[in-house]
Amino acid sequence: MKADYLARLNQSRAERQPCALVTRLKDGTQRFLTLADMDRDPLHVELVQAFRLNKSTVVEREGEKYFITIQAPPLRIIVLGAVHVSQSMAGMARLLGYDLMVVDPRTAFASETRFPDTRVVAEWPDQALPALGLDAFTAFVALTHDPKIDDPGLELALKSPCFYIGALGSRKTHARRIERLQKAGFAEADLARIHAPIGLNIGGVSPAEIALSIMAEITATLRLPAKAERLAQQGG
Amino acid sequence: MTLSSDDDILSEAEKWHQAGRGVAIATVVETWGSAPRPVGSHLVIDEEGHFLGSVSGGCVEGTVVTEALDVIADGKPRLLEFGVADETAWQVGLSCGGKIAVYVEKVLS
Repeated sequence: MKADYLARLNQSRAERQPCALVTRLKDGTQRFLTLADMDRDPLHVELVQAFRLNKSTVVEREGEKYFITIQAPPLRIIVLGAVHVSQSMAGMARLLGYDLMVVDPRTAFASETRFPDTRVVAEWPDQALPALGLDAFTAFVALTHDPKIDDPGLELALKSPCFYIGALGSRKTHARRIERLQKAGFAEADLARIHAPIGLNIGGVSPAEIALSIMAEITATLRLPAKAERLAQQGG
Repeated sequence: MTLSSDDDILSEAEKWHQAGRGVAIATVVETWGSAPRPVGSHLVIDEEGHFLGSVSGGCVEGTVVTEALDVIADGKPRLLEFGVADETAWQVGLSCGGKIAVYVEKVLS
C-alpha cells in the first residue's frame, strides 16, 4: 500500500468522508476511491453493495480477484428534541452501533441528568446542526412537536444528504408541516424524504415502543437495497 | 496498548511509517466457516516484529508476523491462507475449525 493511500484512508476517516481501496490480489495493484470516483469505477455495483452492508469484501471480475476495503464513517443519529422517546432511542442506538446526539434549545429538557452518556447540545437547530454536520451517514429525527424548533431543523435536513429524515406528529400535523415547508420553498420531491408519521407501523404506544419503530425505520432505510443505492448516489 | 478499532490501527501504521520504520499491514480478506476476526481486520507489523491488532484469536499471528518481515524486506505482497485442513494445522491453524485468507502488504514510500 502506498503511504499516500494509507494517509488518505486515515484522513478520510477523520473527516467523515467515505472512501474505498480496491486491491487486485494477484499483484497488489491498488486504487483509492472517493465517493465520486466510485460512480465511474468498473466495480461500481460491488462497491455500492459493500457500502450498503458496510463490509469489506473480495469480489471476482473476469477471473481476477479484488479486495474492496470499505471505509464508511460511523453512523450517527441526530435527534431534535430531548424528550421521552429520545431517551429510549439513546440506549437502542448504542446497541445498534450508532452515535446518537440530542439537540434541544430548551435547557430544562436538554440536561445531562436526563441523558447520561449521550452528547446533548442545548442550542437551536440552526446553530447546532451546521456544526454537527448532516452528512449521508447521518439520520435526522425531529421529535419536539413544536414547529418553532422542528421546522428549522427539518429545513436544514432537507438541504443535506442525510440518509433518513423523520418527524413526529399525526397525519394532520404533518399536512400542516408540509404546507409550511412548501411556503418556505421546498418541492414535493424534497418533502417526500420526510418519514411521517414517523416509524414503522408496529402499533407502538409507549415511548420505548415508538423509539423502537423509529430505529427499525432507520435500519430499513439504511439496509434495504433500493434505498441504499440512493444513499450511495447522494454522496457525502 | 489497547486500540479500540481497526481504524486506530491504521492510524498507528501511518505513524510508524512516518517515524521511518518498515511497516506491513496484514488484512483478513476472506473467511470461511467460523472465524474469530471479521473480514477487514488488520494486524500491523514493523521490521522488528512489533505488532498491533489481530487477524485471528491469536492462532496465526506468529506466522503472519514472520511472513510480514519478508514482505517488508522485499516489498512484495503475499496472500496467506490458514485452515485446519492438514496435520500441521495445530501449529499454524485455527482451532475453531474456520479458514481465513490474509493479505500482507508493505507500506511503500
